[in-house]
Amino acid sequence: MFPLIDTAYFQILAFTVLGVGIIWLILITFRYLKTESNKQQLSLIDQINALLPQTQCGHCGHPGCLPYARAISHGAAINQCPPGGKHTIQALSILLNQANEPLNPCHGEHTEPLVAVIREGECIGCTKCIQACPIDAILGGTKLMHTVIESECNGCDLCLEPCPVDCIDLIPRPGKQLRQWPLPSHIDVDQHNIGANP
Amino acid sequence: MRFLSLFNHDSSRIQLRKSSGGIKPLSNKASSLRSRIMSTPIPKILVLPLLQHKGTPAKPIAKSGDRVLKGQKIAEAADASSAPVHAPTSGRITGIGLHALPDEFGTLAACITLASDGNDQAIKTTFTADFQNMSESDLLERIRDAGIVGMGGAGFPTYLKLQSSNEHPVDFLIINAVECEPYITADEALIREHACDVVTGANILKRVTGAKQCIVAIEDSKIDAIAELKLAALNSAIQIAIIPEKYTAGSEKQLIHSVTGREVPAGKYPASIGVSLHNTGTAFAIYKAICEAEPCISRITTVTGSTLKTPKNFHVLIGTPIAFLFDLCGVDQTKLSRIVVGGSLMGTCLPDINAPIIKTTNCLIAGSAEEFTEPQPEQACIRCSFCADVCPVNLLPQQLYASSRCQDYQQADNFGLFDCIECGACAYVCPSHIPLVQYYRASKSEIEKQRTNRHNADKWQARFQFHQYRYKREKKQKLLQSSSIEHQPETEHNKQADFSREKARLEISEAVARVKARRSKLITTSSVATEREDKP
Repeated sequence: MFPLIDTAYFQILAFTVLGVGIIWLILITFRYLKTESNKQQLSLIDQINALLPQTQCGHCGHPGCLPYARAISHGAAINQCPPGGKHTIQALSILLNQANEPLNPCHGEHTEPLVAVIREGECIGCTKCIQACPIDAILGGTKLMHTVIESECNGCDLCLEPCPVDCIDLIPRPGKQLRQWPLPSHIDVDQHNIGANP
Repeated sequence: MRFLSLFNHDSSRIQLRKSSGGIKPLSNKASSLRSRIMSTPIPKILVLPLLQHKGTPAKPIAKSGDRVLKGQKIAEAADASSAPVHAPTSGRITGIGLHALPDEFGTLAACITLASDGNDQAIKTTFTADFQNMSESDLLERIRDAGIVGMGGAGFPTYLKLQSSNEHPVDFLIINAVECEPYITADEALIREHACDVVTGANILKRVTGAKQCIVAIEDSKIDAIAELKLAALNSAIQIAIIPEKYTAGSEKQLIHSVTGREVPAGKYPASIGVSLHNTGTAFAIYKAICEAEPCISRITTVTGSTLKTPKNFHVLIGTPIAFLFDLCGVDQTKLSRIVVGGSLMGTCLPDINAPIIKTTNCLIAGSAEEFTEPQPEQACIRCSFCADVCPVNLLPQQLYASSRCQDYQQADNFGLFDCIECGACAYVCPSHIPLVQYYRASKSEIEKQRTNRHNADKWQARFQFHQYRYKREKKQKLLQSSSIEHQPETEHNKQADFSREKARLEISEAVARVKARRSKLITTSSVATEREDKP
């Protein structure tokens, strides 16, 4: 009834189609898995970036927080962020399952929150600091006095270097400081084994 | 007789719910209740902090050197969550500068210093004592102008509380006179002597909030005060709820639960469930502001402790230095070991005795070494779970402790750390003498710090991203501009320019033609001339 099916040509054709189909399926699966792992990689960078303080100061040697997050995901040291300090390092070490290290002093020291202030009498209005500010927190026009918007400034110190007359100071952030209660000095945690998950 | 007893039976008796947890520490209240409330003399110097409440500091409107009268506004509210400050007596403002506050850190904050002249001359005001004929918004405005904040200790601006209760219909107005913490007797003394005024204050609050029910909650141990209150509340719609004596029965959320059966959701205010709760002192301050036109310039403060000769309650002007009050009571300096602001369980040590009384200072304890023994060394947690039994908010204090100590803040937050009211009941019963509340406070401040850091980081990231976007956009625009100069589309302006160019070309060519014509003419004439010269 169907003489065509019995022919060798048809069988070859059918098996070829089947083979191509299987290969195609395998390729698609691989591609899917690859994009999934890419997605995971992306989300790891995002996770690291979310732990960084976003000052964009570049003290770590990378041009901003996202590039540093990318570098960490490729294996860079986690102790290069001075504005984040030990808390950021701790959080990163937990996320990446790495050892908690002290801050690398080559990149600077952790300070209390700072804010830049322009000594306005000395400002010549060169706009260089405005161009340097990564978060547009400096206001001013050419040959007009500039000023730092205090509530927006993150104290990254990128405006200090380009200023030709050195009229920018970094001062501790004024206003309400959070009251910090100290943790009571207690017996060694390791000695008495009481963890958060007993 | 049955008929009479039916009437005698208090049909409006409030069904109280049993609250969980709680402790019964020694109350130590008797000594300060022996004498009546005493009005303090006017001190020479008064220190008035601009921030005496939760929220933003007030903005000073009086200058250094100004002469001010009693009740005159010297600092105005900076925004909605701020309360004005008034001069407690007449005198001259000597300066506005930093001064220690009566808190555990001795925080330096901006204060107005007032040198009193002793005349106590009041500012002239026109007011109507009849609050029944005033509109709700007028009353609310007066309460705000009087700078009234929660006098129980938290110091939430009363105006804000009343305003937020406007958004939700208020079913219950509760006046909190429970005062369950040891040593504090300010509210009890106030009700004993000014029950009618407190009831009037409650009536004003009832009118402002439009509450259906007004309940004054008081602890069963305060027998004199209950009697006075019952007398004052006769013939009024105010009910009295008598709460069994237990520590933290008077805490806001616990009291609301035991009186109304409603629970305040975590992280929400009582207004969200239709309850407005105010302290007795606040009701009294409101009475004074409305019926006597006196803003919040004084309060009742308990000054007690075993080192004082005559512990008592004072009707004290805001801004009076704490040392001045202790001198009035006569302190035995040899025995004095610790000064505590607030009750003995939730209060904090006072580092600077020259700090002033502020609107929220309800109690001062000058304690001896026997009263406040040095904390015993901390031992390991033995998981006895006594803390969990006494926790009035049904938390698991030992879990909170373990995660706080491991600095696993996420875990602590998951266990409901921010629902902890820091009442200290867990630390009181702990057989291992673990300073649990200290751990919780440390964790709370650390979590709050991390939250602000996170908030800032998000803000900066958004700004940075916008900065990059703006940079790209400007670059693109510049590129567009430069390319558009080369291929300019025909606009009116360009037409004109082309036209003028064409015109110029024409003019030039005309000029060139003219010059050529003239030159050729010149050549011909010169050739004619030469021909003529040749002729002769």
